[in-house]
Amino acid sequence: MSVKVEELVREEHPMEKLLRMDRIPHIWCPTCGLGTTVTALAAALEQLELDLDNVAVVSGIGCTGRVAGYMKLDSFHTTHGRAIPFALGLHIARPDLKVIVFSGDGDLISIGGNHLIHTARRNVDLTVICVNNFIYAMTGGQVAPTTPITARSATSPYGNYEHPFNLPLLAASSGAVYVARWTALHVRRLTTAIKEAITKPGFSFVEVIAPCSTLYARLNKLGSGLDLMKFYHDNSVIRHGADLKEVDIDYQSKIAVGKFIDIEKPTYIDCMNEGGKRAFGDKYKPYGGGNGGN
Amino acid sequence: MKADPKNVLTGSHYLDGNYACAEGAIAAGCKFFGGYPITPSTEIAERVSQRFPLLGGVFIQMEDELASMASILGSSWGGVKSMSCTSGPGFSLMMENFGLGIMLETPCVLVNVQRGGPSTGLPTLPGQADMMQARWGSHGDYEVIALAPDSPQESFELVIHAFNLSEKYRMPVLVMTDECVGHMTEKVVIPPAEEIELLERKYTDKKPGEALPFEPTSDGVSPMIPIGKGHKFHITGLTHDYRGYPVINAETQEKNVRRLIDKVNMHADEIIWLEEKDVEDAEVVIMAYGISSRVIQPAVAKARKEGIKIGQIKMVTVWPFPEKRVRELAGKVKSLIMVEMNYGQVFLEMDRCAAGKCRTYLVGHAGGTVHNAVDVYNTIKEAVK
Repeated sequence: MSVKVEELVREEHPMEKLLRMDRIPHIWCPTCGLGTTVTALAAALEQLELDLDNVAVVSGIGCTGRVAGYMKLDSFHTTHGRAIPFALGLHIARPDLKVIVFSGDGDLISIGGNHLIHTARRNVDLTVICVNNFIYAMTGGQVAPTTPITARSATSPYGNYEHPFNLPLLAASSGAVYVARWTALHVRRLTTAIKEAITKPGFSFVEVIAPCSTLYARLNKLGSGLDLMKFYHDNSVIRHGADLKEVDIDYQSKIAVGKFIDIEKPTYIDCMNEGGKRAFGDKYKPYGGGNGGN
Repeated sequence: MKADPKNVLTGSHYLDGNYACAEGAIAAGCKFFGGYPITPSTEIAERVSQRFPLLGGVFIQMEDELASMASILGSSWGGVKSMSCTSGPGFSLMMENFGLGIMLETPCVLVNVQRGGPSTGLPTLPGQADMMQARWGSHGDYEVIALAPDSPQESFELVIHAFNLSEKYRMPVLVMTDECVGHMTEKVVIPPAEEIELLERKYTDKKPGEALPFEPTSDGVSPMIPIGKGHKFHITGLTHDYRGYPVINAETQEKNVRRLIDKVNMHADEIIWLEEKDVEDAEVVIMAYGISSRVIQPAVAKARKEGIKIGQIKMVTVWPFPEKRVRELAGKVKSLIMVEMNYGQVFLEMDRCAAGKCRTYLVGHAGGTVHNAVDVYNTIKEAVK
């Protein structure tokens, strides 16, 4: 007996619970790494069996900044670079919620770089997922603080000559308690990392190396999105606990991936409560959230 | 709803304007303050940081003013009354996320203790030259509400009023004080909590799936949508529809921006707060706000003693501008005078509304000190001719 196609079609998309289906199709290009990264977040949330009413996503501006608009969660699309301080306010008002910042390298590392390092320093209980495609994609492929030396972009047409940031080193040295890097190819490992990051109390940072075939790959003649995935396959080296000084990414170099940092440290709110007790003794009541209001 | 007695320092105090702002915020139920030190506003943040730990509030000194403004928007969406304060260059930095607050229709209060500018200008001396920045400082078209206290007592009261307005109209509200008011120490009477009326945020009563973050309503103000209740709402700084979804076209832009403008304009008569004196039979009306409204008093008193029919209007709210009232008066009086510590910002609005129907005068200077009463008096003499 042959099966009719209709019998195999599922009425519900498997991720429907987590996506705003009324906003699909999304704006991302074919072969963009964001699709798999969002899938990894959705899978992580499902596997953690969290009450989705208590999860919020905050994004900044850019291609990755659009993630907040596609997740069926309380979600905030804020200003360029300011997703982290917005998320900080939200977290302090409602420490019972899981607040996830999902944004890109230009947003979080360039214009929002100061907020990243200070929020990591304070060890605010946020999960930051930073999609690094080595370029400003939304605006047409300009050089980023992550663009490897010699890579071409719309504003480094003869090849970039600035030193890029090493994001895991930056996050860890600023105070993050969980730091991992995977590529958009490593969907299962990335999902595990996101799960660990969400569960970890304190500032967690997950870098996701993701293909931008429309701009980064085209400007550098690296082939299609699939070619980039093959490149990640052949050139990613799993190095859990690596010396972070050695995880720089050079142009088309090997990419060190893995879980680099996973340590325990009191969170911002823990420290605030400790400070309150130190100063006021029993008169101080541990902070448990804002005025509620709703 | 009445203020929580825990938050209210009932009694007579000797406070400066900045401390009074902080006490006003605390009495209003503010529980989150993201700030960054800058002269001459810093004492507001200092006072809040001293008072909050035992009141269940959180003061956080952010890394800069960009982050301060962004953090109070986040906490407000978390359901907490939130405030920041700044001065001079800090106000410029906050304009980016002030615009986000306007666009996301987020209740919060921002106090600007004005100093002389531009740029670093006069950190320790007063100015009133941020008034047009308050009105237009973030890019795009929108309306604002700005209040201008003239004393520590009024600083206390107007910060509470600002919180109420921000909740009522679901928008950031500005308190535009200045170095002089901020650092002036006077008697401040803080009433019992039961005499302080607070407006609570209006939340949607619709179920998840039915509630919209920017639902159209007859009074132009959409109820807020609470976080963590299963609404799974989306909001964006992009031009958006009632659902909060980005829609990039002229039609949605028109509806979105109109809502921001209309909700203030529709209620302008209710929002505008003027204190008028001797205006009924006046030949000349002198207008001022903040500290300038006190500085003009000796000159006005002398003029009246000399028989000059001069009335005065203290603008407790500067924005929205009292357009209707100024148009009315312009048809009746010989002259209108604006006294402000700048080279003619709010004056331009007064002059526009006078529309050539009376003479208009500015008593202005670049800031650094309050006005000399002689300059005010001489202008009155000129204006009454």
